[in-house]
Amino acid sequence: MPTEMLSPSVLAEDAGNRSLLNNVHPEGWVNPRPADKYNLVVLGGGYAGIITALEALKAGAKVALVERNLLGGVCLNAGCISSKAMIRTSRLYAEMRNAARYGAERPDNIHVDFRQVMERMRRVRSRVSRRRSASELKALGMDVFFGEARFTGPQAITVNGETLRFKRALIAAGARPAIPSIPGLEEAGYLTNETVFELNECPGNMVVIGGGPLGCELAQAFSRLGSHVSLVQDEPLFLGQEERDAAQILSESLARDGIDIHLNTQTLGVRTEGTHKLVDLISDGNKTTVHADTILIAAGRAPNVQGMNLEAADVDYSEESGIRINDFLQTSNPRIYAAGDVCLEHKFAHIEGASAHIVTQNALFFGRLRLSALIIPWCTYTDPEIAHVGMYVKEAREKEIAVKTLTVPMHDVDRAMAEAEEDGFVKIHIKEGTDRILGATVVARHAGELIGVISLAISTGVGLRRLAHVSFPYPTQAAAIKMACNAYRDRHQSRFRAWWVRKWLSW
Amino acid sequence: MAPAPRDEALLERFAVGAFRYFLENVNPENGLVTDTTRQGSPSSIAVVGFALSCYPVAVERGWMNRVEAMERTLRTLRFFWNSSQSEDVDATGYKGFYYHFLDPRTGRRAWNSELSLIDSAILLAGIMAAATYFSGEAEVRGLADALYRRMDWRWAQNGRETVCQGWKPEFGFLHYGWEGYSEATILYVLGLASPTYPLAADTYHAWTCTYQWENIYGHDVLYAGPLFVHQFSHIWIDFRKLRDRFMREKQSDYFENSRRATLIQRDYAKRNPREYQGYGADYWGFTACDGPGHGTPTTSRPGREFFSYAARGAPWGPDDGTIAPAAAFGSLPFAPEVSLSAIRNICERDTRIAESCRVPSGLNATANWMSEGYFGLDQGLMVLMIENYRSEFVWNLMRNCSYIRTGLERAGFAGGWLEVTDAH
Repeated sequence: MPTEMLSPSVLAEDAGNRSLLNNVHPEGWVNPRPADKYNLVVLGGGYAGIITALEALKAGAKVALVERNLLGGVCLNAGCISSKAMIRTSRLYAEMRNAARYGAERPDNIHVDFRQVMERMRRVRSRVSRRRSASELKALGMDVFFGEARFTGPQAITVNGETLRFKRALIAAGARPAIPSIPGLEEAGYLTNETVFELNECPGNMVVIGGGPLGCELAQAFSRLGSHVSLVQDEPLFLGQEERDAAQILSESLARDGIDIHLNTQTLGVRTEGTHKLVDLISDGNKTTVHADTILIAAGRAPNVQGMNLEAADVDYSEESGIRINDFLQTSNPRIYAAGDVCLEHKFAHIEGASAHIVTQNALFFGRLRLSALIIPWCTYTDPEIAHVGMYVKEAREKEIAVKTLTVPMHDVDRAMAEAEEDGFVKIHIKEGTDRILGATVVARHAGELIGVISLAISTGVGLRRLAHVSFPYPTQAAAIKMACNAYRDRHQSRFRAWWVRKWLSW
Repeated sequence: MAPAPRDEALLERFAVGAFRYFLENVNPENGLVTDTTRQGSPSSIAVVGFALSCYPVAVERGWMNRVEAMERTLRTLRFFWNSSQSEDVDATGYKGFYYHFLDPRTGRRAWNSELSLIDSAILLAGIMAAATYFSGEAEVRGLADALYRRMDWRWAQNGRETVCQGWKPEFGFLHYGWEGYSEATILYVLGLASPTYPLAADTYHAWTCTYQWENIYGHDVLYAGPLFVHQFSHIWIDFRKLRDRFMREKQSDYFENSRRATLIQRDYAKRNPREYQGYGADYWGFTACDGPGHGTPTTSRPGREFFSYAARGAPWGPDDGTIAPAAAFGSLPFAPEVSLSAIRNICERDTRIAESCRVPSGLNATANWMSEGYFGLDQGLMVLMIENYRSEFVWNLMRNCSYIRTGLERAGFAGGWLEVTDAH
């Protein structure tokens, strides 16, 4: 993993970052003397690593955690928390500009103090880092090491020349931004999620390459904070795996924010003229050039498998898909497990958290928990948000499962009307002829909050029939879920019941 | 299904008005019809397909004499057969397919457009309609068959499960595939029935795997937002009780589906979540149409913009307050009561439309805007769907086209008129 990424040296100089650094990579930190043997050694102090280490520690295990750069990993330092804090401010500015939509008066001079936005974000990041700071972890009894970890055999690693022996190990080394091979890009320079949150000036013209979750979230946030943003996606729709309607609603929303949308477009190259970058694009044979002073690369993530001498521990991996694991999260060395972005297809913090529990149980307590049994929702925090859990319709149909979707537009939800948050829908996919929930997609201002209810229902085997009996407070946007249940009930009342009800009410 | 006398007169007026488009905007030398009436408009091959389908209607209705219709059809087919087919950037077509837009004078590729599979399929549907109607004319029959045989559908599949949307000589196959229900049923039916290079047998099933069966506003429907998706293939094929595997599973059919899609549009307009002017039970029609244009902010709702030509849809948009009056005509066979009610409201109350008996591509009451000129696809859709509603003429004609039957059967359709062999 290149040391210039996610390292103390990339952090901008301000009070929030000084506080962050004190928590996630304290200056003058002295590594502890290694124990004779650890029950669990964790390589990587990102979300997956810390959660697993803490769970093992709580269970009474002797645990060592090794981090080469910043504790908290991408999620804390260069992803979830940072972007959400920025998005919050950007939403506020969008609402100010659209004040009339809420029956309010638009402020006269809407001025964005970008430095203030970023300083707030860094203060939030620093606060979140406190709970899992190096000193907190040490106080709980964890041996925290900063340095490069290398395997020296199937049951040992070295960190800064010290050997740590283990019964079990977890590799949670995370992932780094994948940089597409674009002629002229290196010379022109670019930002990634690991460096973009250290900006103190809002770019005038920004080109975002990649229309996945990160690219869409940041394109919208920067646009709302004052950048003129061009968003380039090589697929016909944003968020490649999400369903067509969700991606189309998002496209329209991004366009309304003033983003120049370039779908189905490849980047041919980048040229530099003075301080200007010229990004050459091609779409269906038509070439265009976009001016930029900042290029943000958001083209996916590549697993961090280098530098750990995995061969010495007999751990199989590939540069593209990362460490090979089985359904129990075991690597090819059964004593060594892997979790998080270094091995999983879906690179989300909460999946790392869920996989951490599997590792603790399987590695230390002879558990047989399976990755495939997890019900994992995810959410893209654009406005509106796009959240999904379970199967997509296409997946179900490919498996020859007859599927039906119960759709409730947010414009039919009273609270969404009151909030002027009517773009989107709740779609719950069920197995035809049953009330079993196969999956769901929610597009709504707070879709991430709504999807949890459906995730709970799937995880616990609750079907729409039972869910229909659950009371939701009125008025809430979650009522959309209840409305989907009611639509199911209305359509699927048994003939006998319908006959019986008619008969009963015939007096 | 027959309309009341008052409605019959209204529909006759608008059918005649719509058909005039094909008389006024054609190059009589080669049969190419312009995409719109606007200055400099290229010809659209789909509009030519609509024109070829409209000529038999015009003969039957007495709007055109049979010899003239046959001559015009022949000139069109001769042009396509003799036109340049190569990888050259200014050819008329390649591999038997044609560029979306052609120069109406020279017949060569215009606007750097793509070799369009769906527009070629609509052109071919028109060619098949002509060949079936003028089946006694050997040259029409022979040219139609030769044009069909030249289309290399296997090539168009480009090794993928489903058909590519198009190809450009500068670039190769377009990135876009067909995902979700769309107007492409006619494309698959004709591609599967090809006498020379048929699509692989499983390609239709692969496409239907992307379908989504939804309950929206209380209607169970195979969802697609723009109304033209639910109308175009139905111009030539009567889908009543005709079911493929998907519709058998859902105990519905595509005709009923188009009826429900129409009702959803009406329900959406009644809800009018974006508070546009005019919307209501009799003011709807969200489909591909012209709009007021980009960059014009609405005065009533800050943060909203008007779009220009776009595939509008309900309930997920895009929706900028624009409706297409032709959409209600296109739904006449599926949902006659609600369509006629909308037609009366939109076309009789607006004096500009009522007096000209022709409908513009788009109307936007919020912007107090009406699209300039006329668009060929709208006019063709109106002529053909009014006729299907009044007499089922196009549907009955196409029952005699053996390729349509073969294609439907290869796609797994059964029931409906397919079961009534040689009855027509």
